[in-house]
Amino acid sequence: MSGQMTGIPILSILVALPLIAGIVALFLSASGARWLALVTTLVSFALGVWLWSAYDPGGSQWQFVEHYALGGGIAWAMGIDGIALMLIMLTLFLMPICIGASWRAIEKRVPEYMASFLMMQALMIGVFTAQDLLLFYIFFEGGLIPMYLIIGIWGGAERIKASYKFFLYTLAGSVLMLIAMLAMILTAGTTSIPALMAYDFAPSLQWWLWLAFFASFAVKMPMWPVHTWLPDAHVQAPTAGSVILAGVLLKMGGYGFIRFSLPMFPEASAEFIPFVYVLSGIAVVVTSLIALAQHDMKKLIAYSSVAHMAFVTFGLFAFNRQGIEGAMIVMLSHGLVSGALFLCVGVIYDRLHTREISRYGGLSDNMPKYALLFMVFTMASVGLPGTSGFVGEFLSLVGLYAVSTWAAVVATTGIILGAAYMLYLYWRICYGKLVHADAAAMKDLSGREMWLLAPIAAVVFWMGVYPESFLRPMRADVGRLLERIDRAKPAGDSHLTAGKPAPATPAHAEAH
Amino acid sequence: MHPVIFIVFLPLLAAIIAGLGGRVIGKTASKVVTTGSLFIGAALSWPIFFSYLGGHAEPQVIPVLEFIKSGALDVDWALRVDALTAVMLVVVTTVSSLVHLYSWGYMEEDPSQPRFFAYLSLFSFAMLMLVTADSLVQMFFGWEGVGLASYLLIGFWYHKPSANAAALKAFVVNRVGDFGFSLGIFGTFLVFGTVSIPAILAAAPSMAGSTIHFAGMTVETMTLLCLLLFVGAMGKSAQLGLHTWLPDAMEGPTPVSALIHAATMVTAGVFMVCRLSPMFEVSPTALTVVTYVGAATAIFAATVGTVQNDIKRVIAYSTCSQLGYMFFAAGVGAYGAAMFHLFTHAFFKALLFLGAGSVIHAMHHEQDMRYYGGLRKEIPITFWTMIAGTLAITGVGLFGVGFAGYHSKDAIIESAFASGTVHGTIAYAVGIGAALLTSFYSWRLIFLTFYGKPRWAGSEHIQHAVHHVHEDAGEMASDHDSAQDHGVPKVEGTAGYHPHESPWVILAPLVLLSLGAVFAGFLFNGAFIQPEGGPEFWRGSVAFSEHLAHAMHEVPAWVKWSPFVVMLIGLAIAYRNYIAKPDAPAAFVAMFPGIHKFLMHKWYFDELYDIIFVRPAMALGRFFWKRGDEQTIDRFGPHGAAYAVDVGNRITTRLQSGYVYSYALVMLLGLIGAATWVFWWVR
Repeated sequence: MSGQMTGIPILSILVALPLIAGIVALFLSASGARWLALVTTLVSFALGVWLWSAYDPGGSQWQFVEHYALGGGIAWAMGIDGIALMLIMLTLFLMPICIGASWRAIEKRVPEYMASFLMMQALMIGVFTAQDLLLFYIFFEGGLIPMYLIIGIWGGAERIKASYKFFLYTLAGSVLMLIAMLAMILTAGTTSIPALMAYDFAPSLQWWLWLAFFASFAVKMPMWPVHTWLPDAHVQAPTAGSVILAGVLLKMGGYGFIRFSLPMFPEASAEFIPFVYVLSGIAVVVTSLIALAQHDMKKLIAYSSVAHMAFVTFGLFAFNRQGIEGAMIVMLSHGLVSGALFLCVGVIYDRLHTREISRYGGLSDNMPKYALLFMVFTMASVGLPGTSGFVGEFLSLVGLYAVSTWAAVVATTGIILGAAYMLYLYWRICYGKLVHADAAAMKDLSGREMWLLAPIAAVVFWMGVYPESFLRPMRADVGRLLERIDRAKPAGDSHLTAGKPAPATPAHAEAH
Repeated sequence: MHPVIFIVFLPLLAAIIAGLGGRVIGKTASKVVTTGSLFIGAALSWPIFFSYLGGHAEPQVIPVLEFIKSGALDVDWALRVDALTAVMLVVVTTVSSLVHLYSWGYMEEDPSQPRFFAYLSLFSFAMLMLVTADSLVQMFFGWEGVGLASYLLIGFWYHKPSANAAALKAFVVNRVGDFGFSLGIFGTFLVFGTVSIPAILAAAPSMAGSTIHFAGMTVETMTLLCLLLFVGAMGKSAQLGLHTWLPDAMEGPTPVSALIHAATMVTAGVFMVCRLSPMFEVSPTALTVVTYVGAATAIFAATVGTVQNDIKRVIAYSTCSQLGYMFFAAGVGAYGAAMFHLFTHAFFKALLFLGAGSVIHAMHHEQDMRYYGGLRKEIPITFWTMIAGTLAITGVGLFGVGFAGYHSKDAIIESAFASGTVHGTIAYAVGIGAALLTSFYSWRLIFLTFYGKPRWAGSEHIQHAVHHVHEDAGEMASDHDSAQDHGVPKVEGTAGYHPHESPWVILAPLVLLSLGAVFAGFLFNGAFIQPEGGPEFWRGSVAFSEHLAHAMHEVPAWVKWSPFVVMLIGLAIAYRNYIAKPDAPAAFVAMFPGIHKFLMHKWYFDELYDIIFVRPAMALGRFFWKRGDEQTIDRFGPHGAAYAVDVGNRITTRLQSGYVYSYALVMLLGLIGAATWVFWWVR
């Protein structure tokens, strides 16, 4: 509201600022590029904090709206609701941390690297702010390019293979999505996302459109069985690349479901619930078991991401408030926690240059600060109450149970398996004796590393103890979504019958 | 501000100060802050307890902060204080403060004391959040919080692989229980539309006779909810099937075993059933299950306890068995008796564990009772306090006057009989059998440790002490899984070692807990279990049955005498085998090797679980990874496509380089092309 009144195109500024800084960075020295990137991301974050404070949770659905027709079909249309706001905040919060994480780890082609990150920030903000279908598409697919470069140029030994796999998967999905978008534009006669969210497509058409969008979002999420690009991409990506990949890029799939699939194709979404639940259930069980068998730290956390993102799809397709709000909190929490876990991996990778779990062990002795923070994020990952992980998982499972007890039983096994693989990892890294001399020689967290991890820990606790700060901005928008999808809402499988309290039954009386 | 705010949050504050600032403020300051916070808590808790005992306090809820608000799901952080909470407050703060004090002596030589005390206080905070919970979600917070603290403390000596394995096992097995607890909460919210405990309890009776579908089955609503929640209770309270973590948890330092794995955390399941007793009352089926599980655990753990050689493991199985008693008490509807036994057990079991710790301290970290013997003259105060604990657990007493366990355990056994149901009668019979075994293994522990001739010479730990071999703190404690026990040659003699009585910081908690073990039963049975005082005290915080409390007094005389008689029989068997004829146990083992092996392997639960859960999980993980992801999905997905592209590349050789830029360029060009195309199309 206030944003509109002041008339500052804050969303465009948030997109343009890193874009311009990225171009400037290309012409600077390595250290100049680092500082420019850090300052830009910090200023963006400050603008984000202002955006959050200016956002009115009880106000109109779309705030900070901007609209400039570009001619033809496309418009530079921007605006956010509470859901987008939270994901923007996540992005802006993680970006300075990513720059900080790359401060010493990246030594070659630093200006290009920083430019890629700044470019990616611009595109990701664009994804969450775009109100025009085609604008959204450009941001959505364009965001892959910097990520692709980051893996392909600054990645590990098998970076080409990994970036190729990443490219192939995502491209396959996006082609289908583009075709679906064209069909939507032709049918509805508009490219405006808010208009399309209120447009009722014929159920038969919805079916095809839903599948086409699903192809793209399921890959981004990622859902089983189109997840196999993720472990490779994470393993090969530099630390900051993994952080942003897990932290924000994976959230674009969930955002897509919540912005497109559910409100635009409610009937089809309801029809595909069993399909989504089966894939999500397999993801929880299978990828958790795979995580248990990993020897590579990054792969383990990558697989755990797949399992966690299944809680998002479970929650979203529960068609109720707890499920959808839970899914959103899982996304935010996973963005923080898995980002932090990849940073934790990066901290020791930078020192020993191996991701092999067995090369570590006993780090509690020589790296107590590290062990403490790693424990905090491990517990947040297993969903310990008091951390952000619990609030999201709990809400989405509450929502899920109301629709399908079967699915809830399968999904809830995730809390057992999650504890098993994460604590087994923690044991092998931090507990035991320092058996390897090189691991024993590693120093504890530096001041810079503390500044990367401690703020995330603080937000993890904040979201775990007082999630209301994060739920409040989204409440009205989830309500609008619920109104929209209410007509397709599935009946639960609990079939509760009324009690017959009446006089105490003979069996009951006899018990005393 | 209500004092309960300080009781609950001071330990958290202390844990943060000691945990994060331990290196700055030093170990003494850390210990003072944490121990002080718990003593303040205890000093504030007892007056609350007495105010309920006096019958002039009303239940209260003190709101703290909003927590989760999502539609109808509306949870606050809030502290509930009623009679049931008051009982738990005194148990938790009293035992915890004494354990903190005790640890000053016991952990004296450990290099990571601030960390240890921070964990202890963190545990106390979580446990207090659990017992003051006004909603199922906050209860779950405390529930998992104590699980975390338990995990951290079992693995406190993280250099030891066995400690790490035990910690992981404790957390994961508890998570199996929490799986049920979680589903129970989801189901409760579905049925009642709220997770507020008072609201659920008020609405529960109206759901009698209701049915619900669950995972393809049609079941009674309240039976389903109660059983799901009870699975959580089974995990936390180590009931048969989910008990395997508790004996291994003895890897933790002994004060931890006393506080967490005897007096407080493991009783959380009993507390939960009592807190939700109006819910369980609606489902006779659920109560029957609770009774059978409790009775089975009581007898199972008692049988295994009889053959353990590790002093802590005897007490661990004893704890498991006593928890079984509490559950079957709840199962037959005697919630007052269940809570009473929880209360008295906290004192005498903490006493026994801390006493065992004092023995271990005196014996230079030796835990195997086969290397003890003749210690009563060397460490007399420890000896006498442990005698008090043993008299309490075995239930010595006559004509309404006796040690703590006499009042609480006999009440359970009599209530089971008085309930008049089939499962109640079975529980009674099992309870009597377990009482015999309890008496046997408890006296066996005393006789092996304190009587007979010293057998210290055979112990490596004693040899190390005599020869001044340095041992790392983490390696000093050596827990023994009886499945791996092997016979040891009996070497009599002291090896020139002189055990010393422990310092006063260790003895003072023992003496204070002895007072509880001696008097707690006599002083408080009127309020906890009697038909006159019970309703006045509990005031609806548990579903206290006056009818059952009366019936308990009207059981036949032989029922009343039976626990006393079996206690004497158990004592006599122990005396014969370990004092009168010390060679008799070996002869018994030689006669029945199968039974002995079965008990030493703890009924083979660990072996069984390893075969059906642990190994398959790892094997499946590898299978899905190699066969699933790599050889199926990747092979027919991206690699298949890569192959196809590769073929295509032979035609367009320019792309064959595979260089990363070219792909990026192709993608970008494709995007621009697509966008342009769309642009014109739409126009």
